[in-house]
This record gives sequence, structure tokens and C-alpha cells, in this order.
Amino acid sequence: MRARVLIRPKAGILDPQGAAVERALPALGFAGVANVHVGRLIELDVDDSSQLDSMCERLLANPLVEDYEVQLLS
Amino acid sequence: MKFGVLQFPGSCDEVDALQAARHVGDAELIWHAERDLRGADAIVVPGGFSYGDYLRAGAIARFSPAMESVIAFARDGGLVLGICNGFQVLCEAHLLPGALLPNANLRFTFRQVDLDVVQTDTPFTRALNGLARLSIPAKHSWGRYYADAPTLDELERRGQVVLRYASGHNFNGSLHDIAGVSNESGNVFGLMPHPEHAVDALTGDGSTDGLTIFQSMRLAVEEGARV
Repeated sequence: MRARVLIRPKAGILDPQGAAVERALPALGFAGVANVHVGRLIELDVDDSSQLDSMCERLLANPLVEDYEVQLLS
Repeated sequence: MKFGVLQFPGSCDEVDALQAARHVGDAELIWHAERDLRGADAIVVPGGFSYGDYLRAGAIARFSPAMESVIAFARDGGLVLGICNGFQVLCEAHLLPGALLPNANLRFTFRQVDLDVVQTDTPFTRALNGLARLSIPAKHSWGRYYADAPTLDELERRGQVVLRYASGHNFNGSLHDIAGVSNESGNVFGLMPHPEHAVDALTGDGSTDGLTIFQSMRLAVEEGARV
């Protein structure tokens, strides 16, 4: 099964990458952009999708500072 | 007194850590694939970019065979020092609270920093002999210490904040100016700046303040302080 894991910095934790992108967009003429956050995307094939949460908790994300969301693609 | 210094693929400060440890005792490298800690009295997890820092700094090194042994060693009261990437590895291994995030300025930064010594009676600071401030170099891009508010309160209350960046020296945006923390029982300690790069007056800016950390560990081991 194909799966996608979206990993985001937890709300409230300073996200300097998001802030830098948010500052860069208006400089290119894109107005009206707010609340930009930069995370990671991991796509993987797994035999047993029930293991995905455990994979996220133990390795793919750091639950202290990141939220994750698992999407099953097929 | 023997130090074991871990070496991962991508470590780059293990030789300096080895040399620093040899100023105060015996020391040898332990390759990441080994489980045998070779009778070391204390372990140093050095700086660098273990396993390329893929995914997150320290995330993969934490599962190496050598680290499994270090986790057991630490749980048994053994002294473990994590420097820079080593600090990140110890946080990922949950031997230390919190996490290290990208510097607030998003830049790799190399500078000499002043550190205020908050706790002088730990196995890592007891040889400081009244030295209230250390001058040692820092060089990293992922050094912003983070823990949630309840955890920070606990760390402060229990005296686990061992070193703080002096006023004007917190270049990475660490919460509470934290530069180094210990675990609750005090036998595991991690810091982002590099004491192993400040042990010889002929190198760096001439500070040898970093040596006091290694001397403290020797003292702790000799005092039988498997805390």
C-alpha cells in the first residue's frame, strides 16, 4: 500500500523556515500571504499500514516538536 | 579512568573529543556498529553529522547498536556526555528532555560563546573550582533548544539547566537561554557548544575552559559517582 506522511512543526513553535518564506513571497510581488509553515513529506510503500502510526512516533516524526498526518493513497 | 568516544558515519569531532579526553585519562573510539563499550567508565557522544543527519539531526544514530548499549549504560547510572550532534542524539534517544531545532536565524553559525554555569555540583561541572563562566566555541545550524512549557518549568525546578548562554550570546534562539541540560538523575548531560575544542591554549582563542568538563567527569568517576 502506498502511503504519504505529512509532518508539520507543531503550532506555537517558532518556524523560521515558514517565516523566511512568508517574507520572501511579498518580495516577489505575491501579496496577501500569511501563516506559512514548512514541513516534510514522506511517501512510502508498506505491507502493513497499521504500523504507520508507530513508524511516525518512533522515527519519521519527533512528536515533541512535530505533528504528523498519515494519508493512505491506494 | 577510561572514556569511550562513539564514532558514527558522519561524525567529525570524535578525534578532538578523544584528544580532549586523553588530557585527563585514557580514551578510545567505539564504532557505531559495536555493542561492546569496552569497559569505558564514561561515554562521549561527539559532534558531527551522524548518518548525514538525514530526516532529523540524530534521529537515525539513536538506533545504532552502540547507542543501544549507551542507553543501557546511562539507565544503569553511567556518565554520558553529548556534544552538539551528540546532544541531538541523546535527545532523540530520550535520554535527555526536549529537542534541538534549526537556529532561529536559519544560519550555520560558528562563534565563541560565553556560558553561565548554573549548576556547579554536577558530575560534569564539579571541577570548575568556582569558574562561573566558560568561554568555548559553538558551531551548528540546529541548536535551538526547545521543550514545552511544563517541561521547562520542571527542568528549572529540578536544577537540570546546567549551562545557559550568557546575556547576548544566545545566537540560536534557545528557550530559557539553555545551552546544556542534564537528565533528572544527573548522569547524562548534553550541550551544543564544544568543550573539546577548548582544551589547548594553542588552538582556538586560547581558552582551555572546555577541559573542566572532562576533568569533572574524571573526578566524578574517581569519586565512584555512578550517580
